[in-house]
Amino acid sequence: MKRNSVAVVGAAETTEMGRIPNVSVMGLHADAALNALKDAGLKPTDIDGVATAGASPVELAHYLGITPTYADGTSVGGCSFMLHVRHAAAAINEGLCNTVLITHGESGRSRVGAGGRFGGGGGSSLSGQFEAPYGPVGPPSMFTIPVLRYMKTNGVTEEDLAMVAVVQREWAALNPRASFKEPITVDDVLDSRMIAWPFRMLMCCLVTDGGGALILTSAERAKDFPQKPVYILGTGESVETPMVSQMEDFNSSKAFRVSGKKAFDEAGIKHSDVDHLMIYDAFAHLPLYGLEDLGFCKPGEAAGFINERNTAIGGKLPLNTNGGGLSYMHSGMYGMYAMQESVRQLRGIAPAQVPNAKISIAHGVGGMFAASGTIVFSNEKG
Amino acid sequence: MDRVLPQPTPETQHFWDGCKAGELRLQRCTDCKDAYFPPRPFCPKCGSRSVEEFKATGRGFLYSYVINHRPRPDLGTEPHSIAVVQLDEGPRMMTNIVGCPQTPEALKLDMPVEVTFQSFSDDISLPFFQPVGA
Repeated sequence: MKRNSVAVVGAAETTEMGRIPNVSVMGLHADAALNALKDAGLKPTDIDGVATAGASPVELAHYLGITPTYADGTSVGGCSFMLHVRHAAAAINEGLCNTVLITHGESGRSRVGAGGRFGGGGGSSLSGQFEAPYGPVGPPSMFTIPVLRYMKTNGVTEEDLAMVAVVQREWAALNPRASFKEPITVDDVLDSRMIAWPFRMLMCCLVTDGGGALILTSAERAKDFPQKPVYILGTGESVETPMVSQMEDFNSSKAFRVSGKKAFDEAGIKHSDVDHLMIYDAFAHLPLYGLEDLGFCKPGEAAGFINERNTAIGGKLPLNTNGGGLSYMHSGMYGMYAMQESVRQLRGIAPAQVPNAKISIAHGVGGMFAASGTIVFSNEKG
Repeated sequence: MDRVLPQPTPETQHFWDGCKAGELRLQRCTDCKDAYFPPRPFCPKCGSRSVEEFKATGRGFLYSYVINHRPRPDLGTEPHSIAVVQLDEGPRMMTNIVGCPQTPEALKLDMPVEVTFQSFSDDISLPFFQPVGA
């Protein structure tokens, strides 16, 4: 911690205290936040970092109308907010954001909107009230909802969606650890079992078991370790909404755009500098959104970019070279595996190695377009 | 199996009371005039606590959807639409499109739709949308 480098400029509690039967948990967060913003003379749009425990920072940001480049959901009990202050100080010093809002709200006595005994908003959360009753069954029928609008806007076909899975299977064939290695065709994908039209089974990620871990230290120390260091060149993050139905634009992810731009700005690189790319592919449309929202393709051009084999073996932008969530593995939170492949590529030990890869980007999604994180890796200290 | 139903909070009660009364109620900011959804007691655009409820037209168009084939016992056994409509007032909301076959041919993007309510309990009616004139 750099001493005296960060200050508290707004502080307030909820308007009422004690027993508040007419305000839900999220309402208490918002009430305290609006009072603190008033205290500081700020508006929600002046905030670019959020931190909270109990509730999700995604829910908090969307409820208040904040587009952050920093979101901390550290939840370790009653001292979470001290950790939030500490992390916020580091984030501000590191340039991840400028102004962080930390909130607490709890309907400890009245239990309004407090969810069930296992926590979470349950049926009283906004998603529980305004999405769950209409019949979604997990991500396959939720994450997929924006895509028909995207397809109509951009003239993208079901065959284009299928091609994403076909090309990634080609990569998986080179990877002994991939779950699926058999070649597939566009027709195979379109003939596979319908899950949520227009999505077939082979357009959806696997469900497997596994895990991964990373260890980080300073670049100064890194040179004393047995493995070739992989440096963090730039980072980005953002959150948009806990409700897929409330995405600002179904043709594009705001969280992807904000996170990607921040990562490129921090890294100080151009798109042509990127040798290798991982885009979290929970479903076949995600690489399309990712390529466009990260700026590798213009809006509407990602399907053509993939059809022309730019992301395939031998193409100019090798993408999801482990086979991705569609063919390699997906245990539930795949972001870890995307970064593992970036590290392998930059160490030069990937099964489908990209020759002389120096810069790799791992771009992840959280929830259903709810959140995003982007890491630019390099094997040159620069 | 009983339908999964929303559990209103004090901040959303007016919306569900409206559905029960056959009205789609939105909120708007009296400072910046923007209509917004889902309900909350302040404007998500400008942070103003000066907001009001109003009765929406209940009309809009089909913005996007999927036809879910995965089992969801409280909605029956047939594939069903999970849709997002864009209301004439601007906000979008998730819903089911009813009153037409649950097929890509019948569910045309941008087709005009209108709200219709179905009661599921003494307290909860869900807002569905149907093609205009269905």
